[in-house]
Amino acid sequence: MSAPEMAKDPKILAFLCRWCSYAGADLAGTSRFSYPSNVRIVQVPCSGRVDPVMIFKAFVEGYDGVLVAGCHPGDCHYGTGNYHARRKLAVARRLLETVGVHPDRMFFTWVSAAEGRKFAEVCTTFAESLKKFAGRPKTLAREALAK
Amino acid sequence: MARVGVFICHCGVNIAGKVDVARVAEIIGRMPEVAFSTDYKFMCSSPGQKLVADAVKEHGLNRIVVAACSPKMHLPTFQKTIAKSGLNQYLISMANIREQCSWVTLDSDEATEKAIDLVRRQAKRVAHQDPLEDVAVAIEKTAVVIGGGVSGIQAALDIADGGRKVILVEKSPSLGGKMAQLDETFPTLDCSQCILTPKMVEAAQHPNIEIRANTTVKKVGGYVGNFEVTLERRPTCVDATRCIACGLCVTKCPVRDVPDEFNAGLGKRRAIATPFPQAVPAIPVIDRRYCLRLKDSLGHDPKSQEDLGHVPRAKCGACEKICPAGAINYDDKGAEETVKAGAIVVATGYQEMSPAVYTEYGGATYPDVLTGLQFERLVSSTGPTGGHLVRPSDGKEPQTIVFVQCVGSRDPSKGHEYCSGICCMYTAKHALLYKHHVPSGQAYVCYIDVRSPGKNYEQFIRRAIEEEDVRYIRGRVGKVQRRADGRYRVFTEDTLVGRPVSIDADMVVLASAVEPQSDAASLAQTLGISYDADGFYTEAHPKLKPVETATAGVFLAGACQGPKDIPASVQQGSAAAAKVLALFANETLRKSPQVAQVDSSACTGCLTCAYVCHYSAIEEKQVAGRQVAFVVAGKCQGCGACAAACKNKAVTLAQFSDDEVFEEMMR
Repeated sequence: MSAPEMAKDPKILAFLCRWCSYAGADLAGTSRFSYPSNVRIVQVPCSGRVDPVMIFKAFVEGYDGVLVAGCHPGDCHYGTGNYHARRKLAVARRLLETVGVHPDRMFFTWVSAAEGRKFAEVCTTFAESLKKFAGRPKTLAREALAK
Repeated sequence: MARVGVFICHCGVNIAGKVDVARVAEIIGRMPEVAFSTDYKFMCSSPGQKLVADAVKEHGLNRIVVAACSPKMHLPTFQKTIAKSGLNQYLISMANIREQCSWVTLDSDEATEKAIDLVRRQAKRVAHQDPLEDVAVAIEKTAVVIGGGVSGIQAALDIADGGRKVILVEKSPSLGGKMAQLDETFPTLDCSQCILTPKMVEAAQHPNIEIRANTTVKKVGGYVGNFEVTLERRPTCVDATRCIACGLCVTKCPVRDVPDEFNAGLGKRRAIATPFPQAVPAIPVIDRRYCLRLKDSLGHDPKSQEDLGHVPRAKCGACEKICPAGAINYDDKGAEETVKAGAIVVATGYQEMSPAVYTEYGGATYPDVLTGLQFERLVSSTGPTGGHLVRPSDGKEPQTIVFVQCVGSRDPSKGHEYCSGICCMYTAKHALLYKHHVPSGQAYVCYIDVRSPGKNYEQFIRRAIEEEDVRYIRGRVGKVQRRADGRYRVFTEDTLVGRPVSIDADMVVLASAVEPQSDAASLAQTLGISYDADGFYTEAHPKLKPVETATAGVFLAGACQGPKDIPASVQQGSAAAAKVLALFANETLRKSPQVAQVDSSACTGCLTCAYVCHYSAIEEKQVAGRQVAFVVAGKCQGCGACAAACKNKAVTLAQFSDDEVFEEMMR
């Protein structure tokens, strides 16, 4: 599970809110904007539903990166869910480092229902940015030991 | 024990063209929890649905996965299908192998592998889904229509004629919107106000319609069937219940130099005024920025109501003295009310783009370079010149006029990328109106393309060109230069013959783009609806749900959804009304069972959940001598913020429980 992997594209888990970002991902499809095929989308009602535990669990599962996308500030279908997400995930990022996962492996952004192109770009650039971890042990501690 | 049935859709070649669907069905069929797995050309077709229904019975399936398009598209279809075959409708999950797989993956093998993985995840997930029942809620059968332009009026009238109450909210002093400002309408040239004002009066007199002028929507709470809409009326300083609309106050007002918004900035009005003679309601409004009695005490734009606390009783007071009804109230603080509504129609229209960024055209600086709306006012009999088409600079009739199309439209560098849709037609109309006012004059239209796809529209353009001798020149105008003699030289190009052209004109009219209202985004945020990259409100589906929004119970009408002419705005107004009436035809509304629930035995009563709840849906409750959190299902909207915040995992969100999400993300 934690062996050096990422043979091809980095494996990305994407939590997308139903109202904006999941619809944005759908629009990427409708508009035929392609992105790396190793992205796995999990629909959540709101980015505020994303429990930091889900992020950690994803890394335990062996994903190379976790993407969370919600509605733009002010546009949350549930008013304030994306703000809760932003705060929680900022803390989660710091915790990732504490437990030895590089914080750059997690990315939080806004994707609206109209931003199909942006979603495809976010996936592509995030996957690209994760490639720097290719062949490296999944945790910072293992990486330090390897040196 | 879960017995999952998996149904892989080809969607013609949309999926099967990229994904080896037979292989997906075969591999998924090997999963221990999967009792049946198959593929079919069109799963959403009647035979496809029958296939699902029959398989449920034949194989004793108790969980279903349909791998097809986005669940946003067809989840309700398959929910109904399985409900008919006796399964609870929430025991289904969809794998999105079209929008999020076949359409976004270039390589066929990769797409097949991804599809297998996506379906596998849903098959795992669905085994953890529980049967759920919808929550029944009552419907408040009153609609709030936001915006009193022609689209909003149409929606309000249709809903009211259907026997339901309507509260028609208009931010300006009168109904009418942009259409009231127009002179004549294409392609028939019938007088805009003559066909609009009867509708305005009908709305005002309709027993089912209440009009709230000078009012905006401040806050929207609740949900479909049970919205709570907070309306804010700005201070008008005229008591509408007393005013008899005699207009004496307007004649006595000494402030005569207020720029007239209704006349698009051409001409002046008083500080107390009704916007136009046929205004509905006809109640004048004091403009507190200009009123001698009020402005000095404020010294700036009065934005907050606190400002009103300092109004001194000094100076002027002419309107108060003359008013026979005692309707003037300088201390008016505006008013706020909260109304209950089952549905909301948003019909807030558009605004004309300011041509100020086009300094090369002098749109905001040269007196005789007008916008389309200014030209409408200039030729209108209720306009600043009483309908005499003369130059604002010197009052002379323009002998040569140039119409410049696509100012701000189809121009991503300075304006908007989209086509405003109405300018080709209104420019042809302007050219005709000009010829009718100045038969000896010459009109030129500088265009990029002429777009006239409506009924009788092309004939109208031909009429302008062939019968009224309007000269059409294909090319984008480069510059408008003001010359010493007060005329304007328009530099353009005739791309059909490939040479530069310059025209000396007395007046230039810019077909300014249609753009969203400046407050469109903030209203969208208040309503919880979304808007596109251009700022127009987004419909639920671009073809099949053109008046719905992603937020249930909120509907769109008119140009707030995209540039539209009058016929299209009226159509959409009626369409939105039909949706509202269909909603109100139900006695109760079925609300999604996606609500949170607290396991009181695990709850410590910290109430972090209540703190993050946007809907105040979590209350404190006494259980076995302890204070614990409790979710009011009717209020809960199912966002899951509480479930994510609970440190003890005592809160579970139905349909998105930790178990369900974890199963789906397992590799």
